[in-house]
Amino acid sequence: MLTIQNLQAQVEGKQILKGLNLNVKPGEVHAIMGPNGSGKSSLASVLAGRESYEVTGGSVDFDGKDLLELSPEDRAREGVFLAFQYPIEIPGVSNINFLKTALNEIRTYKGLDPLDAKSFLKLSKEKQKLVEFDAKLVNRSLNEGFSGGEKKRNEIFQLAMLEPKLSILDETDSGLDIDALRVVAKGVNTLRSKDNAFILITHYQRLLDYIVPDFVHVLYDGRIIKSGTKELALELEEKGYDWLKESVHEQTV
Amino acid sequence: MAQVTLPIYNELLNDFSKLENLPEHAHIKEKRKEGLEIFKTLGFPTRKNEEWKYTSVTPFLQDNFRTNGSIPVSYHKFDVKSATIPGLDAYTILTVNGKLQPVSADLPSTIKIQGIADAAQDASLMKYFGTTARIQNAPFAALNTALFTNGFFIEVDANAVIEKPLHIIHVFTGEENSFVQPRNLIVVHKSAELTLIESIEADASSRVFVNSLVEVVLKENANMDHYILQEGERDVKLVQQNDVSQHKHSVYSNYTFSFPGASLIRNNLQISLDDERTETHLYGLYLGAAEQLIDNHSMVDHRKPNCESNEIYKGVLTGKSTGVFNGKVFVQQDAQKTNAFQQNNNLLLSEEATINSKPQLEIFADDVKCSHGSTIGQLNEDSIFYLQSRGISRDAACALLVNAFAFDVTDKIKIPELEHFINEKIAANIPTTNNG
Repeated sequence: MLTIQNLQAQVEGKQILKGLNLNVKPGEVHAIMGPNGSGKSSLASVLAGRESYEVTGGSVDFDGKDLLELSPEDRAREGVFLAFQYPIEIPGVSNINFLKTALNEIRTYKGLDPLDAKSFLKLSKEKQKLVEFDAKLVNRSLNEGFSGGEKKRNEIFQLAMLEPKLSILDETDSGLDIDALRVVAKGVNTLRSKDNAFILITHYQRLLDYIVPDFVHVLYDGRIIKSGTKELALELEEKGYDWLKESVHEQTV
Repeated sequence: MAQVTLPIYNELLNDFSKLENLPEHAHIKEKRKEGLEIFKTLGFPTRKNEEWKYTSVTPFLQDNFRTNGSIPVSYHKFDVKSATIPGLDAYTILTVNGKLQPVSADLPSTIKIQGIADAAQDASLMKYFGTTARIQNAPFAALNTALFTNGFFIEVDANAVIEKPLHIIHVFTGEENSFVQPRNLIVVHKSAELTLIESIEADASSRVFVNSLVEVVLKENANMDHYILQEGERDVKLVQQNDVSQHKHSVYSNYTFSFPGASLIRNNLQISLDDERTETHLYGLYLGAAEQLIDNHSMVDHRKPNCESNEIYKGVLTGKSTGVFNGKVFVQQDAQKTNAFQQNNNLLLSEEATINSKPQLEIFADDVKCSHGSTIGQLNEDSIFYLQSRGISRDAACALLVNAFAFDVTDKIKIPELEHFINEKIAANIPTTNNG
């Protein structure tokens, strides 16, 4: 589904990604871990098409399409979804109208008819229930005045509504208490299927207790320096990142 | 004076002598003379005049104009349907170059509307005409008073509630340059209620300079919602003065929407709070495009105690357009316990757009609550990206954000059909962005 080869990117002239490789197949859940400043969130931004990131080398293939050639909206329409680490508050744009616009733009792109008001409402109710999203929040302005947990839950609600092929969750667990974390994890687990894939970007092993990954990668200094299974996450939790950093430095020396 | 060299200046002075034979009441003749004297002293304003500091009108007055009697007042090519508000049940009335066209709407007997010339001997008209208009130091208002030819006079009886909105579509037309000066008067009597929607429209080929003056008198406990929609074409210029006098317990809400089109829009909205416990709401939204100049001058004059005024004006400027906001709030010595709020926010969507925002508060009383604020900004790139990342195109994202920006104003529209109509117009008028 997603093939990243030797991806290099910079922001404001500073090299952030320095030759990253990653392969994601349908049905898989990948966790990307790493210390602060290793490039985890940058990877998410580059994949979603944030303008301030400049790709300086490498390629990203998404279901046969050159992802890097597409505008952010076309990436979303092709089925890439980024759950933001810091969801944006947009006063005056109602949550539900925003979602309706998004869903119908995606449907139009795929050559489908827009959903009528009734079917949309039905779908929205279904998904709200699925991810335990408070009905009161649906009609409010987008994320305005939402608590941290409510914002993250709204990201998962949007994910459920838009049904992307590839979801990238950028530190969705940060700032969540254990109950909120459980709800978010439950939502993701319900949405997992053999046809879609998830990339979980996280600092902590904690999230992986609830969403069990098929693969765990360690990102450090703009590259993936180690890949493994869920046991790797436990090892990192226990030993920290330093032992890996050392091995990288030894290699470079 | 420099203005004397404008050909239209002499043209207008010549017109005055022709008006003397009109069968008008002495009161009106008197007002005309007063207006002429003021205009002769002031001339057309230049940028040396503080009130016209950011807006130069002389470039718009260079040509030869048809004036007064030589302007056609019935024929036009405008598609009136395009100005009607879908789904809205309203009494629709048409004016052409200020002249009231035959009224086919089935108006209730409690509201009277007539052409101002036809009402020239009407006792009510005599009583209220010229009482609200501020023409001192106001060249265009003085000129209008001296030389107006058409317009309407609306009177709502005491205790009458006009349930359906009155929608007046003003069409301005003329392929040859015309200088049109309509004069309107609205009197809402004690405890009466009126909703008035005025749409300013023009033929595609119109070349018109409009200098209009509206006087509104709200008697005790009267309530009026006044919506003004300004559209038009590049060769249309609008100078509109709207002077309101509010009596005890009256409520006046004005909503002014200016859309891309007319190359010059200058609004002078002036509210005189002449008695206690009045309430005033002024909402404005201006969308400037191309080389348009949209200038909103407002003035709320708190003259008596315990009055409340609230003003929110929002502007979105693109292309090489220029916006001007000057909001004055006067709180006179008598006006204790005044509550006055004013806010002006602007979005600049292009490098070459300009806004001049000037809030002005002058307070002479000591027990009052007043605040004002002004902001200028751009669309937030993070917000645009967030919307794009959900599959919404950049243009649609910008449209959503502009609609959201305008929401504080559009949300105040009390008629859902009109709110929808305005929102559609906003969406249709947001230019495709040039990436920042």
